[in-house]
Amino acid sequence: MIQSLYRNPHVRRFAISFLVVELVALMTGPPGSTEAPTSGFQGSYFEDSSFYGLFRTQRWIVFFTLAVVLFVLWSSWLAKGVAVRATTSKLLAVPRSITQRKPVRWGFMAAALAVALLLPRIVNDAFWHSAMTEQIGVFVLLATGLNVVVGFAGLLDLGYVAFYAIGAYTTAWMTGSLPMPAPFHGHYDPFVAIPVAILIVMIAGILLGAPTLRLRGDYLAIVTLGFGEIVTIFANNLYGITGGSQGSGPIPHPVLHLGPLHYVWSLKPVPYYYLLLVFLVIFLIAFTLLEHSRIGRAWTAIREDEVAAESVGINPLKYKVMAFAIGASTAGFAGVVTASQSNSIFPSSFTLQSSINILVLVIFGGMGSIFGVVVGAIIIQVAYSYLLHTPPQGYQPADLYMYLGALLIVMMIFRPVGLIPSKRRKREIKLSEAGEGHMDEVLTGDTL
Amino acid sequence: MIAVGYTLVYGVLRLINFAHSEIFMSGGFAGYFVMKALIGSSVPNGASTVFLIVIGIVVGGTTGALVATLVERVAYRTLRRRHAPALAYLISAIGASYFLFNLAGKEFGRYSISMPQPYINHPVFHIFGAVVQLYYVVIFISGVVMLTALDRVVAKTKLGRSIRAVAQDAETASLMGVNIDRTIALTFIVGGALGGAAGFLFGLGTGVVYTMGFVPALKAFTAAVLGGIGNLRGAMIGGLLLGIVESLSVVFVQAAYIDVVAFGILVAVLLFRPTGILGERLGRAA
Repeated sequence: MIQSLYRNPHVRRFAISFLVVELVALMTGPPGSTEAPTSGFQGSYFEDSSFYGLFRTQRWIVFFTLAVVLFVLWSSWLAKGVAVRATTSKLLAVPRSITQRKPVRWGFMAAALAVALLLPRIVNDAFWHSAMTEQIGVFVLLATGLNVVVGFAGLLDLGYVAFYAIGAYTTAWMTGSLPMPAPFHGHYDPFVAIPVAILIVMIAGILLGAPTLRLRGDYLAIVTLGFGEIVTIFANNLYGITGGSQGSGPIPHPVLHLGPLHYVWSLKPVPYYYLLLVFLVIFLIAFTLLEHSRIGRAWTAIREDEVAAESVGINPLKYKVMAFAIGASTAGFAGVVTASQSNSIFPSSFTLQSSINILVLVIFGGMGSIFGVVVGAIIIQVAYSYLLHTPPQGYQPADLYMYLGALLIVMMIFRPVGLIPSKRRKREIKLSEAGEGHMDEVLTGDTL
Repeated sequence: MIAVGYTLVYGVLRLINFAHSEIFMSGGFAGYFVMKALIGSSVPNGASTVFLIVIGIVVGGTTGALVATLVERVAYRTLRRRHAPALAYLISAIGASYFLFNLAGKEFGRYSISMPQPYINHPVFHIFGAVVQLYYVVIFISGVVMLTALDRVVAKTKLGRSIRAVAQDAETASLMGVNIDRTIALTFIVGGALGGAAGFLFGLGTGVVYTMGFVPALKAFTAAVLGGIGNLRGAMIGGLLLGIVESLSVVFVQAAYIDVVAFGILVAVLLFRPTGILGERLGRAA
């Protein structure tokens, strides 16, 4: 009896929708403690009414209704989903063919750039100005960098934030804000620190990559994760060099002397936003060119089949290390900007959580798709800033990672190619799922 | 013990289970709640201490197994159905890990709490001049019991045989009538139970917090690699060895850098002897 109930697809489907909705109830509920661990449910079942969560009403009614709606949607999708899919792809065919044309693409890019340039004027608000720089700008940059590693070369790097930290600390070092004296006892401008930071970060990438990139993908993930942790541990404990957990001393703002141009950055975020934008455009152009260059094609080949790539004369290690170093470079630059903008840096701002955060941006946008990653990063970071700006009741900033974790799973289950997939990547995943290659390999993942 | 959990899942799937740290954590929390419910104001003694510890291990293990099953269902099986590439498993497991520990952080508060103790921790005996506290005796005994049990299960039972079969060659195993899905799920359950029980024992000593799984998991992974990943006995030896090295390294480096030492060992082993001390195959060694 119970067995047949359990195997009944409708019952199962309803049970799953109910569980999912319940989980959402728990997630959006008020924070709890060990004293009252079920507070997520208290708002839904054990209280008559509650003001937490999505709707200001009796939560359990809302969520039960949601479960029913989800169930109905799911059932109808199973019944009509194929037809709906076919229709939408037919409807999208015409706009898609338009967007593939070159002038349209250029026009769109120009429009996006114009919007980006005018954005501080359109959104005239102090909070959003700083969010634009610290949350959105910096993270878009970091995501494009990580995209080179994860997306192009297919290497899972969980310690990416270490490069960011190294970039920031290099800046602090160059400007003489660390207990360790600056090189040649000079106090350099952060602008001078930019090339140095990028160089040092790339060297760090090579040093980390050269030994570890021989490893298989999942080992690599753990090793990079450990690397990220170690950089934080060192930053936290080397009081004589990094200032330990107290952070660095004040870091000066950059000054630009370029012929007639003379500009001094200050605590205001908007000038930094423009600085980020300039470099973002440079990086984006460079990475786009790179993607279609010999190196980019080598990365794709390695990602798809390392053995085959090796047999046609590509040295996988060399190109992987290259991906690591190039990907790290944007993190180095982002570190410089963060350091000089936020005035002083602390080890606590470079945690594993931010590494994962950046990874989510890449996955969500679409691994290997530069445009997708930028769009995905903007969407997530805007949502994050919005939640920071006007938090709904019961939301804590740290909850973000919970949502991001859930997002990762959902993306992997339903849309592993990401929001705006790159063409190559899409084809690859399709092939892999169609059973191209050895079955064992696909099932258990001997190659990564 | 966490190392063994890792190794088991790894051996079958050839994939690191990133969510293992959260299984560990869930076991710790489950143990905490049980201890809180069962232990009154007075410290229990004698038989009830043993009883409480056994209960804690069982509850921690059950919770661990439950969470592991959930993770397997949601983050692994859906992908396996679709034959997703390996990178997808890694990412979804990381997602599961993040989701779980932050959910726990939200529900249980983000601060560390010490567990109600089922005994008064006191030195039991001295060995080579070092003090051995009751806590370590408890851990040692439960560890030995559970690992012996696991070793027997994998070596002797039908489940153990199918686990080894899938580990060796999933395709052939399925041709021989082994239900792969079922075996993998059961492996997750066994691994999860061990992880959860370990979480309880760990929490007993150091208290529970939502991030408690992270560092032990990293170390357990190191231990598993050290002993040869996918090799149960190797993981046990690796765990012991790592523990010894860490305790000795306190003499040479500051306490803050112990994690660095563990990680350095991991990298060194991966580079110079990636198969570990006892070799990699679960199927062969167990």
